[in-house]
Amino acid sequence: MTLTPVMAAVAVAGIAMSLYAVLGGADFGGGVWDLLASGPRRAPQRAAISEAIGPVWEANHVWLIFAIVTSFTCFPAAFADVAVGLYAPLSFALVGIVLRGAAFVFRNYAGDATALARTLTVVFGAASLLAPFFLGDALGALATGQYAWTSPFALAVGVFAVTMCAQVAATFILREVHDLAVRTDFRIRAVRATIAVSVAGAIPIALAAATEPGLFAALQHPVAHAAIAVALAAGLAVIACVVTCRDLAARFAVAVEAVAVLGGWFGGQAPALVPGRYTFTSAASSDAMIVAFLVAAACGAVLLIPSLVLLFRVFKAPAR
Amino acid sequence: MDHVFAARAQMGTSLAFHIVFAALGVGLPLLVGIAEGWWLRTHDRAYYDLARTWSKGMAILFAVGAVSGTILSFELGLLWPVFMKYAGGIIGLPFSLEGFAFFIEAIFIGLYLHGWDKLSPRMHWLTILPVVISGALSAGFITLANAWMQMPTGFRIVNGAVTDVQPLVAMFALPWKTEVAHTTLAAYVFTGFAAAAVCAFAWLHGDRRPVVLAGLRVAMIVGAIAIPLQIVVGDVVARFDAAHEPAKFATMEVLERTQRHAPITIGGFPTRDGGIVDPIELPGLLSVLVAFDPNAEVTGLDRIPSNDRPPVAVTHLSFDAMVGSGTALLLIAIAWTVAALRKRAGNRVLMLFVTLGAPLGLIALEGGWFVTEFGRQPWIARGLLRTADAVTTSPDLDARFFGFSLIYVALAATCWWLMRRVGRPGVAS
Repeated sequence: MTLTPVMAAVAVAGIAMSLYAVLGGADFGGGVWDLLASGPRRAPQRAAISEAIGPVWEANHVWLIFAIVTSFTCFPAAFADVAVGLYAPLSFALVGIVLRGAAFVFRNYAGDATALARTLTVVFGAASLLAPFFLGDALGALATGQYAWTSPFALAVGVFAVTMCAQVAATFILREVHDLAVRTDFRIRAVRATIAVSVAGAIPIALAAATEPGLFAALQHPVAHAAIAVALAAGLAVIACVVTCRDLAARFAVAVEAVAVLGGWFGGQAPALVPGRYTFTSAASSDAMIVAFLVAAACGAVLLIPSLVLLFRVFKAPAR
Repeated sequence: MDHVFAARAQMGTSLAFHIVFAALGVGLPLLVGIAEGWWLRTHDRAYYDLARTWSKGMAILFAVGAVSGTILSFELGLLWPVFMKYAGGIIGLPFSLEGFAFFIEAIFIGLYLHGWDKLSPRMHWLTILPVVISGALSAGFITLANAWMQMPTGFRIVNGAVTDVQPLVAMFALPWKTEVAHTTLAAYVFTGFAAAAVCAFAWLHGDRRPVVLAGLRVAMIVGAIAIPLQIVVGDVVARFDAAHEPAKFATMEVLERTQRHAPITIGGFPTRDGGIVDPIELPGLLSVLVAFDPNAEVTGLDRIPSNDRPPVAVTHLSFDAMVGSGTALLLIAIAWTVAALRKRAGNRVLMLFVTLGAPLGLIALEGGWFVTEFGRQPWIARGLLRTADAVTTSPDLDARFFGFSLIYVALAATCWWLMRRVGRPGVAS
């Protein structure tokens, strides 16, 4: 396979989506844990989540914007088709994304224990469930090629996406929590979430076997097999690292798991972008546009990468 | 509701909502940066308090701007997929660059808002500079895409398909300079006068703390510098429109027939069919404005095919609202400057007028946006694609319009309540 402009654009889109899945996913997962915060350490659990998300969520969110812009710049035909076919789950996901962001920031300024603050906490948690569920559902529906977003398969992928966000969040937060007891709470949650992810991941595969023969055939692709194997191994590594307090390695493992799922997904259905409707090439804009986009992306990256490094160094230094 | 109307209503509501927060997102970092910079130089505690207070407001407003902007990026596809299929591969470049500018903005606003205790004062102040720069740049990049919609270029259509795309040519469509200057200045005008109005309102209610006076000073300086520049640029924009966008120009000036000694038409009442009756006419002035010559011919709507004409009443009245508010803002700026130079800025009448700066600035901002967008109709990209042909085939547009409108109401109400709260003395973040 030679590196054409289209393949390079696919790579850029893949990087943006992977980073959104991991970093944005961690922020959504934080909202899920905020909703599920319980027990005697409920308040410090929520405080730890707020502190972890606060400075970075807006930057993490831009990966989504960047993925959208990349899609309509480089693959406008598929972008338009998906926007028509999947308008419903995308609209619901959008509502979730909007309410999550707004409620999270609003809550920080609503004062403690006011009625508004309590409402915003519920909205923040519920929206953090809604957004990844419908983004996952849309991805599942896309893979069917029929935009069947109410199909059991698509819905199961939505559930899988939510559990995965919860897993990423619980794993990522470990390095940032100061309070040992709260850290242990999240350690237990990270293990449980990893088990939940493996169960939630098996369900769409089983449903594909039962209801989506075309899709199940795509899962027999060697890339898909490899991706599932990597994801499973990474999941085991997450548990091992979390239990043995190797928190940085756990982060790495959970990121590998998420990227393996996405990479296996698109690698497995390649060269199809929307199976049965568009391939990467048939959806692509002109080479002139894609090359201009790639040059802009390269120039942008020169500014972006050091800025991101600075942001994460200032706010994501490990807790002592 | 009619399908196209519902889509336009949703897009229009989204843009009218977002532009307020987008403008504040461009302008507030400048105000905050000036305030904190002043504190670093003079060690005047009032300016530190000012930067702290404003940055709380900035956090809330920036978040609303980020999420409402996200709605727009989705709606491009959810409402106008045919347009995006055509245009995505032509004007993707300014959108992509905007993506990076927004990235830098989001990263450094995170550093600024959460870095008060983690960075040295000087480092902390430095983190606002990339926000100021990338905020202006992202507004500029988005406006480049809008300039292309006004006068599409950088491609050819062969057998109905887009070919020969030249992304850099498309990125700098003819109106780009005037539009970018006008939009960016609009953000500073609106933010300056809105922030000054908040301070003046507090002053009128008896809050005379140094932080309020400092806020008035910084905000009014920004507004008073931006508004005369904006009026000069606005004049250039009008002459550009007369030369290159005659349909829009004739519509905003309600010039029915092509003529010499063309009059300027002010105000009037909208008719049922979208026209204007009983305006004030100032004979010959439009020709003078366009060409500095009362004999100059100005193109009227009679030269525009009837199915290519923008809606008259809304475009014209928006234009007048913008010009009228802008002029009023200039007068407020002059009055404040004179009073400030004579060290007599603290009087009730002046403060009352400064308070009016917020609604006037809002009217000018929205009015200008309406002129651009209604003045482009019935095209989504002039001469290339009609708005009615660009709309999605997906259903439920009514429900979506009402659903998202509800979200905007909730966002605006909560935001309003919180802004009042964080402005109060002694509220911790």
